[in-house]
Amino acid sequence: MTQWEAVIGLEVHTELKTATKLFCGCPNAFGFEPNTSVCPVCLGLPGSLPVLNAKAVELAIRVGSALSSRVQASQFHRKNYFYPDMPKDYQISQYDVPVNAGGAVVLRSGKVVGIVRAHLEEDTGKLVHKGGDGRIGGADYSLIDYNRSGVPLLEIVSEPDISSAEEAKEYVSELRAILVATGASDGRMEEGSLRVDANVSVRPVGSTELRTRVEIKNVNSLRSLGRAIGYEVERQISEYESGGSILQQTRHFDEASGKTLPLRAKEEANDYRYFPEPDLPPIAPLQAEIDRIVGELPLLPAGRRVRLFGLMPGASSDQVEVAVTEEVWPYVVAGIEIGVAPELVLARAANELAALVGNAGFLTPERFAEVVALEERFSPSQVKLLLKEAVSFDGTVDELVAKVGLSSSGAEDVRAMVGEVVEANPEEWRRFVAGDAKVAGFLLGQVMRKFGKAISGAQAKAALEELARGAAGL
Amino acid sequence: MTSGISKADVVHVARLARLNLAPDEVAAHQEQLSRILDLVGAMDDDRLAQMPAMAHTQDLVNVLREDVAVPGLPREMLLRSAPDVEGEFFRIPKILGEPE
Amino acid sequence: MTDGILTLDAGALSAAVRSGEVTAVEAVEAYLAQVAVQEPEVDAFLSLDADAAIAAAEAVDRARASGAALGPLAGVPVAFKDNLCTTAFPTTAASKILEGWVPPYNATVVDRVLAAGAIAIGKTNLDEFAMGSSTENSGYKITRNPHDLDRVPGGSSGGSAAVIASRMALLALGSDTGGSIRQPASLSGIVGLKPTYGRVSRYGLLAYASSLDQIGPMAATVKDAALMAEVIFGHDPMDATSLRAPIPALVNALMEGVTSFRVGLVSDLLEVASPAVASAVGRAAATLAQLGAKVETISIPELALGLPAYYVVAPAEASSNLARYDGVRYGFRGNGETAEEMMVASRSEGFGDEVKRRIMLGTYALSAGYYDAFYLRAQRVRSLVRTAFQEAYSRFDLLLSPTSPTTAFKIGERSEDPVEMYRSDVCTIPSNLSGDPAISVPFGDEDGLPIGVQLMGPALSEERLLRAAFALESARAEEGER
Repeated sequence: MTQWEAVIGLEVHTELKTATKLFCGCPNAFGFEPNTSVCPVCLGLPGSLPVLNAKAVELAIRVGSALSSRVQASQFHRKNYFYPDMPKDYQISQYDVPVNAGGAVVLRSGKVVGIVRAHLEEDTGKLVHKGGDGRIGGADYSLIDYNRSGVPLLEIVSEPDISSAEEAKEYVSELRAILVATGASDGRMEEGSLRVDANVSVRPVGSTELRTRVEIKNVNSLRSLGRAIGYEVERQISEYESGGSILQQTRHFDEASGKTLPLRAKEEANDYRYFPEPDLPPIAPLQAEIDRIVGELPLLPAGRRVRLFGLMPGASSDQVEVAVTEEVWPYVVAGIEIGVAPELVLARAANELAALVGNAGFLTPERFAEVVALEERFSPSQVKLLLKEAVSFDGTVDELVAKVGLSSSGAEDVRAMVGEVVEANPEEWRRFVAGDAKVAGFLLGQVMRKFGKAISGAQAKAALEELARGAAGL
Repeated sequence: MTSGISKADVVHVARLARLNLAPDEVAAHQEQLSRILDLVGAMDDDRLAQMPAMAHTQDLVNVLREDVAVPGLPREMLLRSAPDVEGEFFRIPKILGEPE
Repeated sequence: MTDGILTLDAGALSAAVRSGEVTAVEAVEAYLAQVAVQEPEVDAFLSLDADAAIAAAEAVDRARASGAALGPLAGVPVAFKDNLCTTAFPTTAASKILEGWVPPYNATVVDRVLAAGAIAIGKTNLDEFAMGSSTENSGYKITRNPHDLDRVPGGSSGGSAAVIASRMALLALGSDTGGSIRQPASLSGIVGLKPTYGRVSRYGLLAYASSLDQIGPMAATVKDAALMAEVIFGHDPMDATSLRAPIPALVNALMEGVTSFRVGLVSDLLEVASPAVASAVGRAAATLAQLGAKVETISIPELALGLPAYYVVAPAEASSNLARYDGVRYGFRGNGETAEEMMVASRSEGFGDEVKRRIMLGTYALSAGYYDAFYLRAQRVRSLVRTAFQEAYSRFDLLLSPTSPTTAFKIGERSEDPVEMYRSDVCTIPSNLSGDPAISVPFGDEDGLPIGVQLMGPALSEERLLRAAFALESARAEEGER
């Protein structure tokens, strides 16, 4: 029986995090009242003209550099087709000379997925289908909100190098992490700021042919992406195995049934009649400008992994994955930089901090580092408590410790505390001094029960041993 | 060079351009477009292959705008000239199918 | 003074308004009286607003009374081609698809002209979306040539040309994609300047062919055209193709003469002209030579390729520029059960024949399988034409040719044959393809029908063109006095 493999290429559209739209000064923002972030340009009014947003170009170059693309001189083209959510009935996009050509994304597994291009284009407005069953085909009429029209998009097209649904998810999450790390996108799939189309075909294992592919449009979560591809691959295999063939078509993923379904077949093949946008002169980034942007790139998730495994070859890869995320990474860096043991930083960052990071309040990376550094003096449970409290505490770290009721105890204090327990337990103390190591646990337990908020186990142990040496010497 | 354009081409192009042509209009367009294509088909010169494709007359490059927001237009002003509106939206008849 | 208002040029009228010799209201009323007489015969306006014009004039007079400094066009009545966005008038591009549409913004040029103190009288007729050479393709009405009401005023800026020729306004704006300022200027006996591409902001100009379109002044005299040019030239951040070049003092340069100029008389374009037109161009060459210019004949055979290239590039860009007229957001909406049917109905009923013809042609030229043979090839021809011009301008400061091969033709005479109509643009098209400036200035007539001659120059040479045009105009005036 034939063994099959999937051949998958992804097109990821990401909204760029600019203040304004790609070709006009309207705010690029989510959640405005309908049709309130619009002007003659993004509404395509007769006579209006586009003027390119410098920041969008910079972000595109930033992403291209992060993907190791060739950043090149480019030109906008018009992609001509009619659709009511597109005010000019053409989309200003890039065609044969995109701003970024080539490149690659390295997945966690080490697999390399090639990038064909990453180009700039404008987004469309949003349609709301009314009446009927609310779905596009059954609606009575439609309403249009043009707020999104003209929002800058970067379309990142991968080579068909992806061979499973799982790998597709890995690719998108790695790409998402890069987009977020470069500051190009907020990466929110649920708000539509990251949208994925998948081109899927299958072929017998060992073959290099490219069979008819199906495009799955606009999948809106990683989970759906995996399900949609998984379903589509199975569908194609069973179609071939039953002697059928695959039609080149566009399908959409139906969340409820878990199936991909064909969109209404088109009457004609696409003919976008691309031609150079006469209203926009070419862009030709200066090498110095590209160098500056590359120089300002932050360490990307792949580099962060390398750094952590370099410091800790045996680190848990689950912990590392949490640590390299955009939210957690600055904390990791702060902890390591002030000299706390990397293992400790990683453990606190991947666990306690990761749980707090969505709503960290006063717990800045610097504060996190200070608190984790206290673990030399305090117990892990004390440090965890401090981290939690730090979120809502506006003050110095010493004040935080005091507020939580942990006094930062000096050696004298610790000896006094241990001494108090020794006096209360003379029989155990005598046995301990005589060399019965088994009672150490009992004595330390007593100390911690009584003074655990103020001192760490390590401090208590050291004081107990010091006292014992003194007693034995008498 | 006689370019000629078939009736099927005329119908296809009209469809791409979202124009509805009556049968007699198709014939008229076929005749006129064929004559115009004869005229424009006369672009012939040995040097053309060496000539760069010229999309812009001026050699401008990197004409960019700062990423600074400016107020748009009030919604009422834009909806005022719309053929059909509902509430805060432009309204259109139902859509069959997805964009191309 | 008020009796002589109609005899003043724009500079003189504006100076009189600034000095208080004439009020802006008096100036506007004089022109409105002229409109009342001429417009019923000429039919040049698509919209007119006498009340608004008087109100605007009153505002100028009040500003003067309050001591405010008035602009260089203070109180001067102007008309705008109806493909320029105006908030005070509907803007239709003479198309039924935009009937009644009032833009929510002014074109940059409109703002500049109004800021200079000019008074807008109304919007002028044109061939629908500026596609044509006679103004017969208007979706609303036919404008007549004031020199012979049975004839066309030229096009597509025929309304603006007729307004100036019949003195219904002192200055007008037109747009020129393949000759649409210069050819009607020639046929109507006025001055029309197509500036260097990028000299004048296109923001607010309803696009026909974006890489060719340029707005320019139309006026009774070269000096008025220069004055208007000074007002509208200059960089605009809203148009990414707008140039940052400094604006020369055009009016002040006019008197400097042509003695140092090397002028090339383009033989290839003379050959396509009627005998009367060719003879007028020959006399213009002789006049320039008498005035001290060095005139020689030059052949630029590449210019002949301009016509076919233009009729690929312009329709191709137009097919895209006019896609937005789909009945969704503004303008005319046809009936349809579905959005798709509605869009097709809106476009099929809203556009006129010539517009549909060019949309079809342009769509075809861009479509799969034809792009290389038509659009790409036409772009290469543009390079060839530009190269040929550059070569010519290395030897000449200016080129001289007819503007139009013939004088004004009869209404209806060419409207049945689009190809024949297209051929009449052969002299004007090359400067649009190369993006260089050109001007048409009246120089003689044939049986009372005006003849214009065209002066072409390299990019940013408007000052030179205006000086040469002024020299020809002055020589004609002296001839008339003799």
